[in-house]
Amino acid sequence: MLQVRDLACMRGDALLFRKLEFDVEAGEVLWIEGSNGSGKTSLLRILSGLSPPEQGEVRWRGTALASARDALQADLLYLGHLNALKDDLSVAENLQFHSAIAGYDADAADIDNAIAAVGLTSRRDLPVRVLSQGQRRRAALARLWLASSRTLWILDEPFAALDVDSVDRLAALLADHVSAGRMAILTTHQEVALPAGRTRRLRLDAA
Amino acid sequence: MNGSPLLAAFRRDVLQAWRRRADWLTTFFFFVIVVSLFPLGVGPEPEMLKTMAPGILWVAALLAAMLSLPRVYGTDYADGTLEQLVLAPQPLAMLVLAKTVAHWLLSGLPLALMAPVLGLQFGLEGEPLTVLFWSLLLGTPCLSFIGGVGAALTLGVRGGGVLVALLVLPLYIPVLIFGAGAVQAVATGTGAGGHLSLLGACLCIAAALSPWATSAALRVSLE
Repeated sequence: MLQVRDLACMRGDALLFRKLEFDVEAGEVLWIEGSNGSGKTSLLRILSGLSPPEQGEVRWRGTALASARDALQADLLYLGHLNALKDDLSVAENLQFHSAIAGYDADAADIDNAIAAVGLTSRRDLPVRVLSQGQRRRAALARLWLASSRTLWILDEPFAALDVDSVDRLAALLADHVSAGRMAILTTHQEVALPAGRTRRLRLDAA
Repeated sequence: MNGSPLLAAFRRDVLQAWRRRADWLTTFFFFVIVVSLFPLGVGPEPEMLKTMAPGILWVAALLAAMLSLPRVYGTDYADGTLEQLVLAPQPLAMLVLAKTVAHWLLSGLPLALMAPVLGLQFGLEGEPLTVLFWSLLLGTPCLSFIGGVGAALTLGVRGGGVLVALLVLPLYIPVLIFGAGAVQAVATGTGAGGHLSLLGACLCIAAALSPWATSAALRVSLE
């Protein structure tokens, strides 16, 4: 469904990668590995359509991204390394906002379920400002429980700063997601039990 | 497409501003203080103050609008919300429109409401005072729309606050001329209709074009 052909990325004057080619099919997890600065985040931003590639093209459902942007955005959930949470709003208010902006059609009960799934029920109405780093990450990840219908998840370091339980819950959610025929592209430095047989690894190394 | 994403963007900005009232009150009090400094500086001659009033109020309004611009997209850019807005399935220009309206409501409208009171300080009364209010009511949304483009272009640039002033203040000139001109025209007895119509035309053009320009600038800033 997602095809990458002859992709190159420059950051400043540095060439991060070139001639990158891969496909991601329905029901697969693509695990992008690489050392710091090898271009993982840049690759995810290109795949999500935030930045243009230096060279090459990305195709979504057979159409080049330049003309398939609307189609991709309707199928996409992008979780960057920034949490996209407002410090002064509560966890629930932040999720309501994201759900409305992204068109997840989540009602109040869905949002409560998502908050419960990341174990923040007792923090539901607290401003994000007072949460710890790991709790903020979990609040941001709660969007995944709302966005289960999105075909493509692009997740930048989703496991960073999470405790062991949260890592397990997220891995289980990912397994459900791909076994329902959807796909995920993620980066992580941790050894996580990703769905066996459905996970492919892609190694990015400095060109 | 239904209206709820736009409403959500608008509501969130207003709610957030309500929780951080100090940010927006500084803009408002900046306006009040700058305007109040002029009589102290130029002396208390009523005739001179009356002539200068429209210009002073309008320039102070421009500067106050300027002051609030970096916040419109700055915080969204820093915390990653902007990425989510750009990737949302709604047209970005519509979300920009919602955010701009929220910005005007928080920074422009209070100035328009306060201006007649400050005008009294300068000895304005009667029709000039009414026209001053209408000119700011039509003019301040222009400032929000035009300023949004500048704010989006300077995202992530070091010293963006000064840069946005250099970019946007020249574009504010027509609004300033028609806005202050409207009040002066009434004072000299020629009627403010023409100036206010032109101000309305500026608003129509800015409202129609600036959301597209702003959203293009936001995409560029995120690359």
